[in-house]
Amino acid sequence: MVEEEALQRELEDGLRRSRGGFMSRLRGLLTGDSASPETWAEVEESLIAGDVGAALAMEVVERARARRTSETAEAAVRAELAALLLPRDPRWSLYHAGRSPAVVLVLGVNGTGKTTTIGKLATREVAAGRRVILAAADTFRAAASDQLRHAAGADPAAVVFDALDAGAARGADLVIIDTAGRLHTKSNLMDELAKIRRVIDRRLPGASPETLLVLDATTGQNGLIQAVAFHEAVGLTGIVLTKLDSTARGGIVFAIERRLGVPVRFAGVGERPEDLVDFDPAAFVAALFEATT
Amino acid sequence: MFDNLSDRLRTTLANLTGRGRVTEADVDAAAREIRLALLEADVNFKVVKDVVGRIRERAIGAEILGSLTAGQQVVKIVHDELVELLSAGDRTFRLQGNPSVISLVGLQGSGKTTTAAKLARHVVKLGRRPLLVAADPYRPAAADQLATLGKAIDIPVHRAPAGTATIDITRGALDEARRLTRDTIILDTAGRLTLDETLMAEIAAIDAAVHPVETLLVVDAMTGQEAVAVAQAFAAAVPVTGLILTKIDGDARGGAALSIATVTGIGVKFLGTGEKTDALEVFHPDRLAGRILGMGDILTLVERAQETVDATQAKQLEEKLRKAEFTFEDFLEQLQQVQKMGPIGQLVSMVPGMGGIAKDAQDAVDRGELKRTEAIIRSMTRHERREPAVINGARRRRIAAGSGTSLPEVNRLIKQFSEMQRLMKQLAGGRGRGTLGGLSIGRR
Repeated sequence: MVEEEALQRELEDGLRRSRGGFMSRLRGLLTGDSASPETWAEVEESLIAGDVGAALAMEVVERARARRTSETAEAAVRAELAALLLPRDPRWSLYHAGRSPAVVLVLGVNGTGKTTTIGKLATREVAAGRRVILAAADTFRAAASDQLRHAAGADPAAVVFDALDAGAARGADLVIIDTAGRLHTKSNLMDELAKIRRVIDRRLPGASPETLLVLDATTGQNGLIQAVAFHEAVGLTGIVLTKLDSTARGGIVFAIERRLGVPVRFAGVGERPEDLVDFDPAAFVAALFEATT
Repeated sequence: MFDNLSDRLRTTLANLTGRGRVTEADVDAAAREIRLALLEADVNFKVVKDVVGRIRERAIGAEILGSLTAGQQVVKIVHDELVELLSAGDRTFRLQGNPSVISLVGLQGSGKTTTAAKLARHVVKLGRRPLLVAADPYRPAAADQLATLGKAIDIPVHRAPAGTATIDITRGALDEARRLTRDTIILDTAGRLTLDETLMAEIAAIDAAVHPVETLLVVDAMTGQEAVAVAQAFAAAVPVTGLILTKIDGDARGGAALSIATVTGIGVKFLGTGEKTDALEVFHPDRLAGRILGMGDILTLVERAQETVDATQAKQLEEKLRKAEFTFEDFLEQLQQVQKMGPIGQLVSMVPGMGGIAKDAQDAVDRGELKRTEAIIRSMTRHERREPAVINGARRRRIAAGSGTSLPEVNRLIKQFSEMQRLMKQLAGGRGRGTLGGLSIGRR
């Protein structure tokens, strides 16, 4: 219980800096038990304003209205939103017995915060006493590899292969692979990603890499299109939702989780190394409602 | 999902029945789908309300022009309305004074650094001598990235030791510009959240100190509903003179631009169309209007096609498509025709319902790939172009060597081509008559 509260507080703190969050507006609208059609229309708009998407917003409102329970309108909307998110296994971990090193493959379009996220994750795991190896398969942009390990000029797949070799040889617990940002519309770059994935499978059969899509919370409906494309190319196992400390709500993740069955694993709530939190769906929805001006 | 919405909108519009004048019933039927299309395109919901209201006013009772259907007339009205809104603001890029200071501001990850390099190349073409300034002291490698880009394009980059305050970096840049006789200074500032009061005050201070002639807000084309709030917050801190919409080479519809232009009156000055430093384009409202609508710029496409494609050739091509006799020879001809029409990426994104073909043709979206494709085909013999089935392993290796490409690329092209032939066969079989595979959205 204490952990949940701490988690919720962490998320809230991250979100609190967002003044006038759409959910605070939403909450203001939904006090009281019966809401008028106009109110429901405003609720729908508030969801759209949070990038939930027009179709999904309509669906959530319809379902909330149709609920025949004695809860308040606010509780109904919260419940319907929460129902869109996947149940989490509390035992989920990056690490699995018999699978060492654990491998995390990080990908996404340009500018979403992959490298920063990896820095945060590495910091966290190192602080927890793990041996971590970072591989920068981002050979397109020299500066990014300066932020992590220098590996410029090589074929990305070869870099990954070497990193996995090194990881196995040095008894690392975790290998995190950073890839260059790429638009999902560039098929040659998506092919490259698929190739990287195959290299991992070949070098470490059964590694089942945690394949994380890093998604910027300010992204609109294209976020779903991105997720679908990356999922088709390499098979995602999770999402990292970054820049949640901005005014954006990241509402597109509702559609992503429902459509792809891929859960948001982490949330980025700032630029410091410690600004990475485990994503808790209930806390996410609750914190959205709690965030006040 | 993108295609589905376009299809729904197309179907709705195709079913409009008005003749002579657009009826209110027609408009009501269309308004809902237009609203959904705009929201799907990330146009801000308040702007959508406003825009749909205006479209209703313009459309009801509007005369249906020439040989258009009611649906096509409504499309034209919607298109015109969006173009008008996107044309808002001052869209001219102003360079005045010596030094002329250009400041790039925006959220983290929007593409400022790459855009700075692109702008530098752009102003060189305008006869200027730019100095790039790494004005981001917070992100570890940000200055490195700009320095690397500057070196690649042979433009000097001013940077300062870690820990230097941004305002001091900027002042130092002015000195350096004088020393190197550079007349244009491009400031690549740090990405910042609008909620960060300290950082927002920082750019206000820079503005007060160096008075940029252009303060350009760099916005990612995939930005969602918050785009307006972001633009308003930046505009409140500094006099934003224009917008640069980046990563437009993706498939985000770019509604953020419409929202920002409509609410703040800030004009879109440039589009970032790729990661290379030459990928900066001047903004055309009509092209983005079609893209936002998700329908493609049908009218312009038809016009353009009629201009550049010889009518007889078009007829012959249609025949070949129908009979699936399309060969590499024809493909080469088409490549050349298409290059005349405009950037293929824009062209492909302009054509709704291309479906599977567009996906394969998407490989050629990157202009570089198009040239390589052309080289591969040119390395084929005429016989090989007409009968691709004879292209065995030895021939493929020869073609790869001759075109300066690689065997995998040649294999891929041949595979994609036969898939394209198959799809074209389906397309020719599925659609009725009509130009370019049945683009008209209604029949008279």
